[in-house]
Amino acid sequence: MATYLEINKKQVKEEKWEEPFYLNMGPQHPSTHGVLRLFLELEGETIVNCAPIIGYLHRGVEKLGENLNYNQTIVLSDRLDYIASAANNTAFALAFEKLMGLEVPRRAKLLRTIVCEMARICNHLLWLATHALDIGAMTVFLYCFRDREWLLNIYEKICGARLTHTYVRVGGVRQDFTQEIIDELYKFTEEFPPRIYDYETLIDVNRIWLKRTKGVAVVPAEDAINLGLTGPVLRGSGVPYDVRKFKPYDAYGEVDFIVPTGKNGDTYDRYRVRMEELRQANRIIRQCLDKLPETQGEPVVAEDAPDLLIPEKIRKPEPKPVPKKGVIFKGEEVPVVPPGEAFASIESPKGELAVYVVSDGSSRPWRLRVRTPSFVHISAIPYMAKNHLIADLIAIIGTLDIVLGDSDR
Amino acid sequence: MEELLNELKEKFSSVIIEIQEKDYPTLICKRNGFLDLMKYLKDEKGFKYLIDLCGADYLEYKYKNFEERFEVVYHLYNLDNKILLRLKVRVPEKDCWQYSVTPLWRTANWFERECYDMFGINFKGHPNLKRILMPDDWEGHPLRKDYPVYLEEEQEWKTYKEFKEKIKEQS
Amino acid sequence: MGIEKETIEIAPGIRQIPGTPVVISPIDKIINWARAGSMWPVTFGLACCAIEMMATGASHFDLDRYGIIFRATPRQADVLIVAGTVTKKMAPIVRRVFDQMPEPKYVIAMGSCACSGGIFKTYSVVQGVDEFLPVDIYVPGCPPRPEALLFGLLNLQQKIKSEAKKWGFWR
Repeated sequence: MATYLEINKKQVKEEKWEEPFYLNMGPQHPSTHGVLRLFLELEGETIVNCAPIIGYLHRGVEKLGENLNYNQTIVLSDRLDYIASAANNTAFALAFEKLMGLEVPRRAKLLRTIVCEMARICNHLLWLATHALDIGAMTVFLYCFRDREWLLNIYEKICGARLTHTYVRVGGVRQDFTQEIIDELYKFTEEFPPRIYDYETLIDVNRIWLKRTKGVAVVPAEDAINLGLTGPVLRGSGVPYDVRKFKPYDAYGEVDFIVPTGKNGDTYDRYRVRMEELRQANRIIRQCLDKLPETQGEPVVAEDAPDLLIPEKIRKPEPKPVPKKGVIFKGEEVPVVPPGEAFASIESPKGELAVYVVSDGSSRPWRLRVRTPSFVHISAIPYMAKNHLIADLIAIIGTLDIVLGDSDR
Repeated sequence: MEELLNELKEKFSSVIIEIQEKDYPTLICKRNGFLDLMKYLKDEKGFKYLIDLCGADYLEYKYKNFEERFEVVYHLYNLDNKILLRLKVRVPEKDCWQYSVTPLWRTANWFERECYDMFGINFKGHPNLKRILMPDDWEGHPLRKDYPVYLEEEQEWKTYKEFKEKIKEQS
Repeated sequence: MGIEKETIEIAPGIRQIPGTPVVISPIDKIINWARAGSMWPVTFGLACCAIEMMATGASHFDLDRYGIIFRATPRQADVLIVAGTVTKKMAPIVRRVFDQMPEPKYVIAMGSCACSGGIFKTYSVVQGVDEFLPVDIYVPGCPPRPEALLFGLLNLQQKIKSEAKKWGFWR
């Protein structure tokens, strides 16, 4: 069992405890946010070393991506980071468009930005609900889910699904917004900022919250970049790296927003960064809604998007004998994509989500690689949890905003 | 950007085979001397952030113009000047190893473990090279091109087969 | 009979003498009514369906009004809701949690992945939880709406209420 940890046996004997105590926080635990297994080496209640073990949700998405069509892999991408699915769809669509050299119309860019920012609000609300629930504040859970239900209702009007919407496609989006959706989004952006203030009054100046989050898991800026942390975790340590400002994509170049950064790099700063991001996301949705009437009547899909992507035009497969091992998509091979490779990254609510795709000229990718932020954040847990108590470990898992579907793919 | 590429080509002409201009500048390198190039990029040129490290299998790729089977791809980013570089190292199948960049960037630890798990490429100098996503006693490397997507009855993982038989006996 | 004139029916098959705390019914029906009115599940959310299970438990589609309280430990629970994809690495652990629950216990397979593998037909995903667990209710969907999960739970209540010959002298 101890082979999981990279411990130095000599050092153990020189400490005052006779032997270390090993504790397994197994895959089934109410506060590990999915199936994460942590193997701890304890000295009393203080953590000396920690080894995260993942792989309990490995579904083989990268292998499946080599056997499915380009539009079919976008359906798979929903299930990676299942809390903010629109962000995953956008990352895949951007990489495929770069590969094929497509130009997306302006109206589609604005619609994509609106959907991505709604996903950011959904994700941060769920993060606040589970983080506060783990630390002990149970009321925040019910308040956050109330607002999330409103957004999920709007998503259902847009594309028909609450959680796994395959709305963003290669070349644009699936269908246009109706006037009812735009009115309801206007109403949402008016009524949301007072509610953020509600959540803050519940916990911001609460003594228990401050004691449990201030000074816990401080990460200095140099170490944070070396460990590969991105997103609100990196910005809480003072580095203003945001993919939306450094490598703008979609309509983020036209929209005005600030990127909040923290100072100390502890858990409280990351909490404040995410609360401020909620306000900025609201602002971005408002500005995009104001720009929508200028582009009335434009198409929402690029005109030279390849044929096999628009549902009505899929050809029927010919009855050929298909070999049994490994083939899932039984259709025609239509050479529409130029061979080459492409790399695209976006600012998903959890960090930097990057997709690297290699194509060989056929209608399926040759190699599909997804670089997810949760994989990297889990590898930073041993560094952050040294010399903290077990109760702080729960707060650390919460502040890193980990989703196991994202990390295990 | 042009000056950077020219400077690298002059200084490391024995390591860099080719510089391609795709969506981001791509450097194709040899295995020997690779660590010096990475150290130079990190310390002198400020490429402090390793975005991604992955492998790719090119068995029977139609447009292939090299001999080796695997490729290890690195994406580096410079936060001050906003430059993204892609580096590729080609690894043959018989001699399947590559130098580890874990001493330079700590993220590479888990990325290299995943590359070993999925492709079977060994990394010299890695502190703890074990399987990470698949169970510890799994046989085979899933992302290789000759590995099936779905395992049939005969190819099933042994531990799972024994587990199912034990349950059938109980009930 | 005289029993219908002097007693009132408070639930199907259970009669109470009005004004007194005396209830007349077969043992099966009383115990089934009590068990169906307070099913306590174990929190076993694995993947995306866990989010919909949490949304069902929150205030919009309340589960508490049916007497359903989520317990953290399997020793105090009597329903196991498997929500999400089960992989071969995780399968022995699911079985272990199921074995630790005391009798009588039920299993609900929530979501397409738990019912039959879903869209993931790959080397590491178990094609349906009923390969190693006895399932009572299947709730398909990807993910199923909260109303669908509630429908599944109400069907489980009907199933419990229709059990017979488990108590009394048949035991």
